[in-house]
Amino acid sequence: MIKEYQTIREVSGPLMIVKGVDNVTYDELAEIELSNGEHRRCKVLEVNGSDAVVQLFESSAGINLAESKVRFLGHGMRLGVSEDMLGRVFDGMGRPIDGGPEILAEKYIDVNGLPMNPAARNYPSEFIQTGVSAIDGLNTLVRGQKLPIFSGSGLPHAQLAAQIARQAKVRGTDSSFAVCFAAVGITFEESEYFVREFKRTGAIDRTVLFTNLANDPAVERIATPRMCLTAAEYLAFEKNMHVLVIITDITNYAEALREVSAARKEVPGRRGYPGYLYTDLATMYERAGRRRGSEGSITMIPILTMPEDDLTHPIPDLTGYITEGQIILSRELYLKNVMPPVDVSSSLSRLKDKGIGEGKTREDHSGTMNQLFAAYSAGKDARELATILGESALSDVDKLYAKFAEQFEDAYVGQGFDSDRSIEETLDIGWKLLSILPVTELKRIKTEHIDKYLPKAE
Amino acid sequence: MGKIIKVSGPLVVAEGLADAGMADVVLVGAQKLRGEILTMTGDRASIQVYEETAGLGPGAEVVTTGSPLSVELGPGLLDNIYDGIQRPLEEIRDICGDTLTRGIDIPALNRQKLWEFKPVAEVGASVSGGDIIGTVQETSAIEHRIMVPHGVTGTIQSIEQGAFKVTDVVAKIKSADGKVTEVTMMQKWGVRKGRPYKHKNLPEVPLQSGQRVIDTLFPLAKGGTAAVPGPFGSGKTVVQHALAKWSDVDVVVYIGCGERGNEMTDVLMEFPELTDPKTGEPLMKRTCLIANTSDMPVAAREASIYTGITIAEYYRDMGYDVAIIADSTSRWAEALREMSGRLEEMPGEEGYPAYLSSRLAQFYERAGSIECVCSDDNPRSGSLTAIGAVSPPGGDTSEPVSQATLRIVKVFWGLDASLARARHFPAINWLNSYSLYLDNLQGWYDENLGEQFLANRAKTVSLLQEESSLQEIVKLVGQDSLSPEDRLTLETAKMIREDYLQQNAFVDIDSFSSYDRQAKMLAMILQFDQLARTALGAGTDMKKILAVSSKARIARAKTVEEDCYQDEYAGIAANITAELKALAAGGDAE
Repeated sequence: MIKEYQTIREVSGPLMIVKGVDNVTYDELAEIELSNGEHRRCKVLEVNGSDAVVQLFESSAGINLAESKVRFLGHGMRLGVSEDMLGRVFDGMGRPIDGGPEILAEKYIDVNGLPMNPAARNYPSEFIQTGVSAIDGLNTLVRGQKLPIFSGSGLPHAQLAAQIARQAKVRGTDSSFAVCFAAVGITFEESEYFVREFKRTGAIDRTVLFTNLANDPAVERIATPRMCLTAAEYLAFEKNMHVLVIITDITNYAEALREVSAARKEVPGRRGYPGYLYTDLATMYERAGRRRGSEGSITMIPILTMPEDDLTHPIPDLTGYITEGQIILSRELYLKNVMPPVDVSSSLSRLKDKGIGEGKTREDHSGTMNQLFAAYSAGKDARELATILGESALSDVDKLYAKFAEQFEDAYVGQGFDSDRSIEETLDIGWKLLSILPVTELKRIKTEHIDKYLPKAE
Repeated sequence: MGKIIKVSGPLVVAEGLADAGMADVVLVGAQKLRGEILTMTGDRASIQVYEETAGLGPGAEVVTTGSPLSVELGPGLLDNIYDGIQRPLEEIRDICGDTLTRGIDIPALNRQKLWEFKPVAEVGASVSGGDIIGTVQETSAIEHRIMVPHGVTGTIQSIEQGAFKVTDVVAKIKSADGKVTEVTMMQKWGVRKGRPYKHKNLPEVPLQSGQRVIDTLFPLAKGGTAAVPGPFGSGKTVVQHALAKWSDVDVVVYIGCGERGNEMTDVLMEFPELTDPKTGEPLMKRTCLIANTSDMPVAAREASIYTGITIAEYYRDMGYDVAIIADSTSRWAEALREMSGRLEEMPGEEGYPAYLSSRLAQFYERAGSIECVCSDDNPRSGSLTAIGAVSPPGGDTSEPVSQATLRIVKVFWGLDASLARARHFPAINWLNSYSLYLDNLQGWYDENLGEQFLANRAKTVSLLQEESSLQEIVKLVGQDSLSPEDRLTLETAKMIREDYLQQNAFVDIDSFSSYDRQAKMLAMILQFDQLARTALGAGTDMKKILAVSSKARIARAKTVEEDCYQDEYAGIAANITAELKALAAGGDAE
């Protein structure tokens, strides 16, 4: 029997204290009924004797302490899942907002999920072709990887994410794939951009969208990514789909978490974020992966904007410690109109070594990748030297390197948001660029690959 | 029996626990979630629960087990993977699938498996705690030595031979007052208390890791302690994996503490395929994995470090050289901070509890090179080397965990983001890293590698140091302003960096270098430097010196196959001498 309590004693920010409760458990979901009949959801953060500290997911405006009622529902926050979710749009708490019917849930799953047994993970090693050279060639994405995009305000991360969602495929397979998209505290315009992109390409039928916009309650943002991941886990590990999860923007999520932490008067960690930010982020990011008992996979691309482009800010910093690499966007390249402005030198994919090479991409991939990294870095150094001491100070080889760096940014990175390159095209462009340099400089590539792939001088 | 009165995340407060002692393990709620008592006030206990506490509420029952958090020690630990409180993850997967459901209670050591017990002590022999009474071939690489439990002394009344389960009695020991103790192959030990030893020795033998920058410049001794701090993407995990793979120890305990799940999967899938250069057996056969990844409950993360080091101490007591690798101690400290915050303790620096540094010190101090506890007629010694990764926020080591660690450990391998970006791996910064074991190890070096080795090492360090100050000048006024000698210094330093310190963990031949190889490679580079200086002094042009063919051969020396490197290196050395002497004499290099 569900009891109702009319004993709200205190509401402050997103927190509420309910007195005299009985049989309430930690992390239990509750519902508040306002005097006008409106329902709002909340969850238990702490129970102390007969007092419960409850966190609201919605605004506290209009809650009348004397007349509002609280009902504890006897379970944690759950999401009703079914394959019919594909193609639908939900709000940040998982309620349909596209005017369609309610989802007839096949089952209800706790949104917090369960940790994956490390012994049950399957190491990600299948190459995903995103059609973006800077990713495929140099920071290769594999199925089951979590690879965030570190962006800055005003940089085109949405376009890049949409491009990846549109173009990503594992070659030689036609297994069913789906996109789970969570908009966390972003603007209507950004969210609408994604919706239109998905509609334009027809991907919308394979997409589950959860939207919490900038004007939606901030604390709801704590639930939104978990809703999205729960849907993704269901599709991936129960329906054997390959799911691409895009969550944008993690910075807004972390801020919501900070708001609740501050309201609880917890000892703050760096920059006021709670000390458990790492663990909290990890329980989301680690839900990506592959399992030995299932065909499906979750590949995750969280997007976050680095405040002031600062990589050492706690959000990108802690994210980088959990995720398997990062794609960093560069303001400098953006201003040069190199699109997508991927800063290849500071970007990294930790899982690339297992996903490339013969049988996966091509035998020369690893060698050319290292050579391109080294050459681009030498080229940038040469360019820098030229700005200080003048071009004449460069040796002949350095001049070639500087030329290489220019063309590399132009031709290799700056492919635009509409071009979809096969991995062979990407590798061939790499070779063409490397042919700018004297063959003796190509120390990181095997000689037989040079003989086989280096374009012959005309 | 107690009752819960408060639940706040992993912290549960219960009252009515007057029968429980401090640090007892308790079973919480209907699901019997395991937890540990942190504080007691009257009959009220604060408990950290090792599993997710969702669904617990006031009124739920709490029962004490009456014993502190313990691990099971016996055959079956190696070639296995456990969570932070020693639950076998492979077996859990067989029972409840790919995710970790709550309240699972599976014994750490398989109770059904039979082990072939071979007695080495005889009936009537008088034994005391720590004495070996029998052996079990635990894996193809490691012989497990069954020891008399600590505190038991007497004569062996009976001893068995044959296949037994870990819980079967394999020997009976009768003490002087007639009390008979039944000895099984399994012991239990509380994780928070170090296992005893007779006495500690100074560590005087290097732990050979096969990593040139470590073994040559910043060596670690067997029984020593080391820390690897570095920002993300600087290759911490690659360094830790390389140490777990190639360290010349008998047993490795690898703790994945609050890190990525896929890293543990990587170890699980890769180690059975790799061969230990020392025994020729798969590396997994000497490895015990403790995995408490970042998405697993935070309180168990705190325990995982202790679980790991207790298992490591147990193998040390058998007389083995053991290494424990913890990735990452920062995540452990964060778990400590989270529990401390929930207990509403007064925070120290950055919210970490005031006892952070003493806890860290206690952990590292359990390392050491020791004489094992056993009767005097059959002495044996073992060592336990502790290596901890530190993940400082933003790579800034001024934060409390790094600083507290650096006060204790003797070796510091500082990883550098700028080296990693330049794809120089391992990205250990040679200017700020250090090892305090050089003096202790001098005897070993002089005896095994010759006195020249340490002299060469010192020369290398000073060349690198000099390079960094010369680079400052070059940045301001360009390379042309340097004297030929200084330019040679830059060249030699570059050779040291690129041809020696850089090492590719993903290329088979290069991933491991024996000490002999290291000594010879380093000698070659310094020989080049010395002879080139003579040639410069004789007025030879710098370009000619740098163009000699032996310089290019040095660059390729690290990829020479293991079976022919000695001849090749001797050839290169002769080549260097011939070419540079000819140049000095004014002749042509050809």
